[in-house]
Amino acid sequence: MMKKLWPYTRGYRKWILLGVLCSASEAVFELLLPLVMADIVGTGIPAGDTRYILVRGALMVAMALISMSLGIGSAFLSSRAGQGFGANLRQAQYDHIQEFSFRNIEKFSTASLVTRLTNDCNMLQMSLMMSMRLLVRAPVMLVSALVLAISISLKLSRIFLVVLPLLLVLILLIIRHVSPMFSAFQERTDDVNLAVQENLSGIRVVKSFVREDYEKEKFKKRNDALRGTAERAFGFVVMNMPVMMLITYGAIIAVMWYGTPLVQAGELDVALLSTFFTYITQVLMSLMMVSMIMMMLTRAIACGRRVAEVLDEIPDIADASASPGLTVADGSVDFDHVSFKYNDSSEKWNLRDIDLHIKSGMTVGIIGGTGSAKSTLVQLIPRLYEAQEGTVRVGGRPVQDYTMEHLRDAVSMVLQKNTLFSGTIRENLLWGNENASDADIEAACEAAYAAGFIHRMPDGYDTDLGQGGVNVSGGQKQRLCIARALLKKPKVLILDDSTSAVDTATDAKIRAAFRTRLPDTTRIIIAQRIISVMDADLIVVMDDGRIADVGTHEQLMESSEIYRDVYQSQQEGASIDG
Amino acid sequence: MAETRRRGPHGPGGHGGPRGGFQKPRDARRTIGTLMGYIGRSKWLLLLVAVCLVLNTVCSIGGSYMLRPLIDDCIVPGDYPRLARTLVFMACVYICAAVLSYTYSRIMVHVAQKATHAIRRDLFAKMQDLPLSYFDTHTHGELMSRYTNDIDTLNEILQNGMVSLVSGVLTFVGVVAVMLYLSPLLFLVTVFSLGLMLVVIMTVGKRSRRYFMAQQKDLGEVNGYIEEMIEGQKVIKVFNHEAKARAGFQERNERYRRSATSAQSFAGAMMPAMGNISHINYALTCCVGALLSIAFGLDLGSLVVYLQYTRQVSQPISQVSQQVNNILAAIAGAERVFEVMETAPEVDEGRTTLVHVTRAADGSLTEAAGRSDGWAWKKPDGELVPLRGDVRFQDVVFRYVPEKTILHGISLYAKPGQKIAFVGSTGAGKTTITNLINRFYEIESGLITYDGIDVRDISKESLRRSLGIVLQDTHLFTGTIADNIRYGKLDATDGEVRAAAKLANADTFISHLPKGYDTWITGDGGSLSQGERQLLAIARAAVADPPVLILDEATSSIDTRTEKLIERGMDQLMAERTVFVIAHRLSTVRNSRAIMVLEQGEIIERGDHDDLIAQRGKYYQLYTGQAELS
Repeated sequence: MMKKLWPYTRGYRKWILLGVLCSASEAVFELLLPLVMADIVGTGIPAGDTRYILVRGALMVAMALISMSLGIGSAFLSSRAGQGFGANLRQAQYDHIQEFSFRNIEKFSTASLVTRLTNDCNMLQMSLMMSMRLLVRAPVMLVSALVLAISISLKLSRIFLVVLPLLLVLILLIIRHVSPMFSAFQERTDDVNLAVQENLSGIRVVKSFVREDYEKEKFKKRNDALRGTAERAFGFVVMNMPVMMLITYGAIIAVMWYGTPLVQAGELDVALLSTFFTYITQVLMSLMMVSMIMMMLTRAIACGRRVAEVLDEIPDIADASASPGLTVADGSVDFDHVSFKYNDSSEKWNLRDIDLHIKSGMTVGIIGGTGSAKSTLVQLIPRLYEAQEGTVRVGGRPVQDYTMEHLRDAVSMVLQKNTLFSGTIRENLLWGNENASDADIEAACEAAYAAGFIHRMPDGYDTDLGQGGVNVSGGQKQRLCIARALLKKPKVLILDDSTSAVDTATDAKIRAAFRTRLPDTTRIIIAQRIISVMDADLIVVMDDGRIADVGTHEQLMESSEIYRDVYQSQQEGASIDG
Repeated sequence: MAETRRRGPHGPGGHGGPRGGFQKPRDARRTIGTLMGYIGRSKWLLLLVAVCLVLNTVCSIGGSYMLRPLIDDCIVPGDYPRLARTLVFMACVYICAAVLSYTYSRIMVHVAQKATHAIRRDLFAKMQDLPLSYFDTHTHGELMSRYTNDIDTLNEILQNGMVSLVSGVLTFVGVVAVMLYLSPLLFLVTVFSLGLMLVVIMTVGKRSRRYFMAQQKDLGEVNGYIEEMIEGQKVIKVFNHEAKARAGFQERNERYRRSATSAQSFAGAMMPAMGNISHINYALTCCVGALLSIAFGLDLGSLVVYLQYTRQVSQPISQVSQQVNNILAAIAGAERVFEVMETAPEVDEGRTTLVHVTRAADGSLTEAAGRSDGWAWKKPDGELVPLRGDVRFQDVVFRYVPEKTILHGISLYAKPGQKIAFVGSTGAGKTTITNLINRFYEIESGLITYDGIDVRDISKESLRRSLGIVLQDTHLFTGTIADNIRYGKLDATDGEVRAAAKLANADTFISHLPKGYDTWITGDGGSLSQGERQLLAIARAAVADPPVLILDEATSSIDTRTEKLIERGMDQLMAERTVFVIAHRLSTVRNSRAIMVLEQGEIIERGDHDDLIAQRGKYYQLYTGQAELS
């Protein structure tokens, strides 16, 4: 995984190197300081040598200043590198997601993509930063402290032979013991959050069925479980510190006991003895730091894995076999025995053996019940999904022959679940064609029957839509989406149930406008209401992934039982909005 | 109406958005008071913690202090028996310190977990009692972050922060006292460097706070952009908008990188700065101390001990300065939590309750102990009124927000067993009317009666128990399909569950699932289609078997053919009940006893289908598809 993410440090590697050097040398300085201190206390003071003391004192101040600069340098460099790495990673993920096909997006789900781009990336950049500051420092400290301790007194350093393995074993034991506790704790936390979230989104159901007490009981169980695991996990963690302290103090006492004979023998002065205490504490501190970082890194590794998953995902639709210069010649659409399923491993085909030929400039209506795969069928045309069997052709050539850009410029689609983005109406419309003139925009809005309500708004085309287009009603939103699609001046226009919130009268006017304004554009319209497709050149009746019947309204009234059924069910009561 | 009220994006708060940050609490004293109420339940334990803390501080300061007699009296003269005695004593002191520190940490874990457990419990319970209008004005993300961010931060502070703050202050005071005792002259040097530290904390802190705010703002923007664009990723693909989306992201990502780099740099610089000021302090103390020992004969042991304390005295300062920010953030978080808890709950003063009754031959009612066939309202004075399902509105005026009146003096009545339909465009007030029947909201003026009783006099629990409701937005809970249907009646038998599913025509698709009724559905039933979910919601209402039924767009996602199939079940469900139906699809409401056409909060037409068609008004226009609705 490290190998996977390392490339994203690009541009910041020299800062990483420098930062690591800084924090390593800072650690060395921090350890040299006590030696100078020992000089002052051990040599200078007993000798009463003022000059010596002052020189050493000045040396110490100088060293502290250098160490401070190194430390601050390390802080700055690690922030730069960490944040830079995070930014790279976020951008790389985001860019890669742009290559994703619909199927790739669905595999991850929107919510999980958002978490990977936000929380996971933040955790990783934080980890790099903290590792640069502490992870290198700890081993450098450990080794230098040992070396210095040995240089002071080899005999006394034997104490480390006992203390070090003891500490290491202890830390390993704690990490091994604690990590399952913490994953349990994380799971319980998720349980509690899930309970809250479900309760929030179902609050009307809860209140309607008077299930407040039931919900409280449900929550209580999870809350109790969380408290139990949390007490166990944290109760264990707090043992960490006192135990470490005991070992250190034990070592210090041992140093004094074994050190006294050495002092008596003149092998060691008192000042150096207390320096020894400092090193013992440093060794302990560095080990504690390592254990802390280890815990953080375990979490970071999980995040890294999730980010790598996104980066590793291979976009399943690519321009590999496209000829770059090729553009779509006309609006004809052909399905040659096309079969498709969303999930390669599933047995059931979502579309089975579709054979359908649409001539350029035709108006085609598609009708069918919930789950009959109407949307699936049209999504194959702009190659939002790729058929497993058969060929889909646009303008006479297989869709794979065009680059995605050329294909999707020629095939404009208004999705069922459509989105407007924050910004003004104009900014949203320009998505269709960023070079559109005011006249183009006006014409598209006229055709989509949106111009009227836009002009009634105080700021007209410059009205701010708010996030997700919350400032317009459902029907208005749909008409804006249609206008946006029209601005592309497509050869094929697909409306996937895009006028469901528009009343029938307006719907009819939009269709009439299409007829006069876009005579050459192939129009494919999915609708719930038969009235929306009645006058089409061709009506396709879908049933359970197959084409049940094809024909004009009159033909289908004759031949298709399903069509007649739907027609009758709708005749009994017109509908305001499907 | 439902659409408009669900507006408001789930802000960036949900996804690693600005954490407690540096916001300051508004009324810290009051919040701390409330908080004390929670941790105060462990009064004696807290007292024990305080004792442990004081003793622990004495032990650790004393431990260092013992270095002086050790060096001066034992090590230098080589007095082994005395050395042994002192070391044993020292070991005891250290063991005490370790035991004490474990004790108070462990107790604090308990106290903190107990308090946050209680806070979570109370917050959740409070959420159940809040009026719906509260959820309309607060996003889910916002309320979620009370649990995920605010309570977590609070827990962290209770568990570690408080103790660390107190022990920091104690240690500081203790160390300063000993230092003063050891050498008031040397302490002057210490005061100088402590002052220096404070200056650094103030200036760097101020700066880093500013950068932090910029960082949080930019992070919020990055997260917001990610959420919006990933949500609309499919549209981006359809419009070949990838390059622009990239560029837009890059711009925000870069801005965040810059501000975060500054913020983290300054925050990170604090530690080495403080550490090394402490070293400089040490050096200065050394020099001055050495000079003093030469000039005034300060003993070596005292100097070594004083130097040891020099290292100790700076630690609490950075420790406390770190904690102060965290504590402020935690208090601000706690304040937000308590704010939710202090919100006025739903008004529920009704004392009329719903009871089971048995009907005697002469028509008189007696309250039944267990389940029986009949229901009645039991008034506070003990009078029993049979439940019939007679709902009346008299001149009801209502608004969600003061600026906009939704219902302008609506009057209507539904006789028992009637099917009443509401028709009208989005925002006309259809859902609002049903929301008022079960008293999700309070009316401004007018009167709503249920079997002749003002709904405000009926306890909410009883009122809602008597009404079954199927909403447009079918919400399912994590659990099995059977669990979800049983939500309507917790003690329903398997047979009852199955019968309800059959009635809603859901049995067919359920039987086709690999595990049938035991199929586990997660989240919001994502693996089921919208239509299937609506069928389950209908089954859930059916199993509750309420006398009055409200169907709010209950079949909107079911196509017209399937709707035909469930029609019989629906008819059976609606038989002998008062039913309120809201539907866009006129075929659904055509056979209603009365159809009310609503426009901008007023009933403009009423009558049955044939009357309305004959009137040639709005209904006629809607029916024939001539009218324009927004």
